[in-house]
Parts: sequence; structure tokens; C-alpha cells
Amino acid sequence: MITAAEIKEKYVRNHPSPFCPGCGGGMVLNAMSRAVERSDVEKEDIVAVSGIGCAAWIPSPHWRVDTLHTTHGRAIPFASGVKIANRDLEVMVVSGDGDCAGIGGNHLLHGARNNIDLNVLMVNNGLYAMTGGQVAPTTEHGERTLTTPHGNPASSFEVAEVVKAAGASHVARWTTYHMKELIAEVEKAMETDGFSFIEIMTQCPTRKGKKQGMDGIDMLAWYKENTSKDKESDKMFVGTLCDVEKPELVGSIYRQIDELGGV
Amino acid sequence: MMDAGEYFLEGNIACAEAAMKAGCLFYAGYPITPASEVMNHLSKELPKVGGRFVQMEDEIASIASVIGSSWTGLKSMTATSGPGFSLMQENLGYAVMTETPCVVVNVQRAGPSTGQATKPGTGDVMQARFGSQGDYEIIALSPNSVQEMFDLTVRSFALSERYRVPVILLADAGVGHMRERVKIPEEVEIVDRKKPSSGEKEFFDTSEEDHVPPMPNFGEGHELLVTGSTHLGDGSRDTASFSAQDRLVRRLVAKIEDNKRDIEDWEERDADAELVVVSYGSMSRPARGAVKKAREKGHDVGFFRPKTMWPSPEERLKEIGEGSKVLLAELSLRGYRMEVERCVDDLYVYDRLNSLPTVDEVYEKILEVLR
Repeated sequence: MITAAEIKEKYVRNHPSPFCPGCGGGMVLNAMSRAVERSDVEKEDIVAVSGIGCAAWIPSPHWRVDTLHTTHGRAIPFASGVKIANRDLEVMVVSGDGDCAGIGGNHLLHGARNNIDLNVLMVNNGLYAMTGGQVAPTTEHGERTLTTPHGNPASSFEVAEVVKAAGASHVARWTTYHMKELIAEVEKAMETDGFSFIEIMTQCPTRKGKKQGMDGIDMLAWYKENTSKDKESDKMFVGTLCDVEKPELVGSIYRQIDELGGV
Repeated sequence: MMDAGEYFLEGNIACAEAAMKAGCLFYAGYPITPASEVMNHLSKELPKVGGRFVQMEDEIASIASVIGSSWTGLKSMTATSGPGFSLMQENLGYAVMTETPCVVVNVQRAGPSTGQATKPGTGDVMQARFGSQGDYEIIALSPNSVQEMFDLTVRSFALSERYRVPVILLADAGVGHMRERVKIPEEVEIVDRKKPSSGEKEFFDTSEEDHVPPMPNFGEGHELLVTGSTHLGDGSRDTASFSAQDRLVRRLVAKIEDNKRDIEDWEERDADAELVVVSYGSMSRPARGAVKKAREKGHDVGFFRPKTMWPSPEERLKEIGEGSKVLLAELSLRGYRMEVERCVDDLYVYDRLNSLPTVDEVYEKILEVLR
């Protein structure tokens, strides 16, 4: 059994942390690292692609693998280029909710539609944290943020349900409270031959907790109380939303190349 | 891929064939007039040489995936026109900042905005140089024939790999849709990016004279840090220090500026004449014809055509401007004008929109300037 110190030594770069006290970013990094450790994937074959925002800084520069820290919202198409160009690489995308479902929403839909073999971790803290806590597409109706001081007049959307409907092979939702399940789900995502999407509800004590009188621990406790693995429950569902086999883009492209005699 | 030989081809097809000949193994794009033929042709032919073709959901995604592909070591390309080129600007800047070789073909059409999709224009010349935010230098080449759609596509890949910079093939609907004879050679000049020697850790800084650091691929165990944020030589982000910003951005600019002699290229004839016609792209065809006619009629007229738009041949333009009147003939009102204006004192302009003029229309303008 590998120890926490060994995980840190092997997977985390020695770099000052940019994360606030109580942030869930480090927990996501821990889950990704442990999932890779448990899997058959070689660390050298991993490319972690991210966009802009707090979540984008989880892999870059902290994760000790090849990293591609790109422009806002575009991590999925950058990652698609990497994967299509070299199918032997295991490509992970770490993206915040604003990055992934807001500015990058269209790429998310088409990544899912193509069922391209990427592993997308959407770190959902419900707002734009790095820029001060503005409203995001995942902020609840009526919620107060920096730019909805009178309550959010818009509505949020269920990103995981949208990705499932768009055609992804594998969709799940967990929170940072559910570390063991999350590690297993990331490992499952890497095994999946298709688009894997994991929504990770993640606490932001600085921009969100403070407004609601909660610190990081309170927010984890809130996830524990307000989620359920039972789909029939009124609480927020956590678990696997879908896991199906479908044609995958990169394999299909390479099959055509083979059939046409390309090398 | 076509064998070496002589063909009668459309410019966009010559561009696609040249890409394969130059070793391009990745193409991502989105349909747009008048550039689509590049993509249509590669969708059919690229897989046959082992290349990956993908049509993306938009132009932002197209250039993003091209950059991602380039970091796996493949020569990669996209093609578009004005509206798509506008969408690509942010990621084009990302390619400059991360020093990612790639080729972006812009078959320019009449703008602004949707403009006239099937009509030629060269209103994107300044955008090619200044379109993305911040300080940078970039390379843009201008073909004026189907042969040059081939040759300059090959050169775009070579320059892009040599200098780790995106290169823009700044074509226009005139040359993109023109059909004429083209010679596909047996061999073309292929340049591969500089690879690091073992143990090397600096992929984003160098003390070499050419200012070009070596570039590894993903999957080679380098634990690469590639970021559009300001970074140090090992790729690690430095969002605050003066020294990081100063050292990186000055080198990115110097990389093009100091290698200008190798990059710049032009065609000239009698450039010490009383009047020199400066023109580029498809417009340079009737312009060159008009110069020929004027000389036949005994007028002292010369011709200058930049093939490298950026970095611009500013020293040569200044020399020409010192002794000669200059007539700039271009398919736009503001295309290259500011660049020529700053180099030349006695400047006259023949600007044309929508379509190419006849040789006689340019010739009349030459006579008017000479009078």
C-alpha cells in the first residue's frame, strides 16, 4: 500500500500552492493521483489538459505529468487534438464549471457527441472563484454572488444530465466528500473507451462558503447531508448516471486510416 | 497524394497537396467559403498517407486541436477565411506564447464581417500581424499563383518548425480559387523542429543565437509544463515577476526580428524606376501585367511584390521609397497600406474592392501617377 507521502512525492510537483485554505482543489489532485496509481496507466503516458480558472491550476503546474494549460473554455478541443494525434496517450481534462459548461459549453457538447476517449473532470464550485465569485451557469436560481447581489435571476443547469443526453459513454457525479468513490470513478473513466465525464461538486470556502457562513469542513458536511446514492431520493444524486458502449471517435478515425492503407 | 509532375489545379487543392508533401499529418477545420476545398481534399486524401483528419465544431476548436496535436510531434494545419480567422485569434496568440509550430491558412475574402464570401479581399493583413492580444511577432506569407499556393505552403511548414511559431499562409479567394498549371516537385524542403538532447530541461528559453529552444513531445517523460501564462525556461508559470515577462516576450519578438534575413522574401524588377508598383496576392497578377505594359510603352516603371508580408521587408521598401514614387495596388482599403505608408514618402494607392481589375485599369492608374 502506497503512503500519502509517497503519492505526494510521485505525483505532486514541489510548487507553492495557490489554493485557499479549505479549497477542494487539492482533494481532486489527490483523487486523480490515486486513481492513476491504482490503474494500469503509465504516468509518462498521461497528458493533463486544462483551461482557465482555479480548477485549471489543479493539474498545472501541480500534477507531475505532461500538462497543457490552455485558454478559457477550450481544454476539450486542445485535448481532442492530443488524443487524435496520438491515441496511446491517456488524456485527462480538468476544468471548472464556468470553464467547462459556460464559455466552453459548446465544446463539451461536441466532445460528448463525438464520444471521444477523454476523461473530463468538471470541478464544480458553483461560481467563478478566481475572479472574485461571479455567477456561473451552475449557480442556483436566487443565489447571491458577486454579480447577483439581489439573487440569481437566471437558472442553473444539470451539466451531467446534459452531457449524458449529448452522447457520452460514461457520466458520473460525486463530491469531495466522497473520496473513495471518486477515486474508483476516475479509474473507471480511464478504462472507458469513450467520453468520460465526472462532475465533482467541490467546496469553495472563500467565495461561496463565506457568503453562507460555512468553512471548508461545513461544506463537506453539507455534501454528506444533502446527497444520496439513491436516484429516487429528493437529495442530489451522486453516483454513475450512465455507462454504455458507443462508437468512439479516435478509434473510428484510426480504423479508417488502416482501411485506406495509411500508416 | 499526387505524384511529382505537372498538373492543372485549383489553388486550394495545391495548398492541400503541398501540406501532405511537407509532412503534415494532422488537419482540423471547419467549413468556410472560400477555403473549404483545402479541407474537402484533405478529408479524402490525408488518411491515405496516415494523417488524421477531423472536422471540429468551430474554428476555435480547430486551431485548439491543431496546437494540441503539434505537441505530440505531428506537423499540423488548419485553413479558414476571415470570420473563422477572427475566431482563431486568441488561440493563435496561445501558439505564439507556447511556441507551438502550426500552419494557419487564411484564404481571405471581402469583409468586414460576413462581407462577400466568394469575393476576394486582403483586409486581414493587419489582423494577421496584430490580431491577438499583447506584444508578438509572427510570420505571414502571401502567394500570388497556384504554384505559390504549393510552394509557400511547404515553406510555411518549414518556417513554422524552424522558429517554433505559427505561420499564416495569407492567401485570398483570387489565388485560392484560381486554376492554373502547377509543378509538383519530387522533393521539397522539409524542416523538423529542434529536439532536446537527453537531460535537457529548458524548453521555453535558450541562449542560442537563433532564440529557438528545443521542443519535446508529450509522452516522452519530460513532465512538460506548457502554458499560455508567462513562464520560465522550464515552463513553470510566473504571473508576477518583471524578469519573467521581460525575458520571455523580448525573446519571442527577437526570434522573428533577428532572423528576418532568413524569413523575408520578395520578387522585384527594376525597383529603382521612376515609379515602382508594390502589390501582393492575386492583385499582383494584373498589377505585374500593367507594369509590363507600361515598360513596353516606354515608361520607367518597376515592380515589387512581398512574398513575406510579416515580418515586412521594411528596409527594402524604404530604399525603394527613397528614390522612387510608389504605387500600392491592393484588394482592400486598409490591407498593407499603413505598413507601406510608414516606409515610403511619395505614395499613391490603387485600392480595389470585390474583384480583380483588368490590366488596363491598373495601367491607367500608372499613367495617372506618372503624369
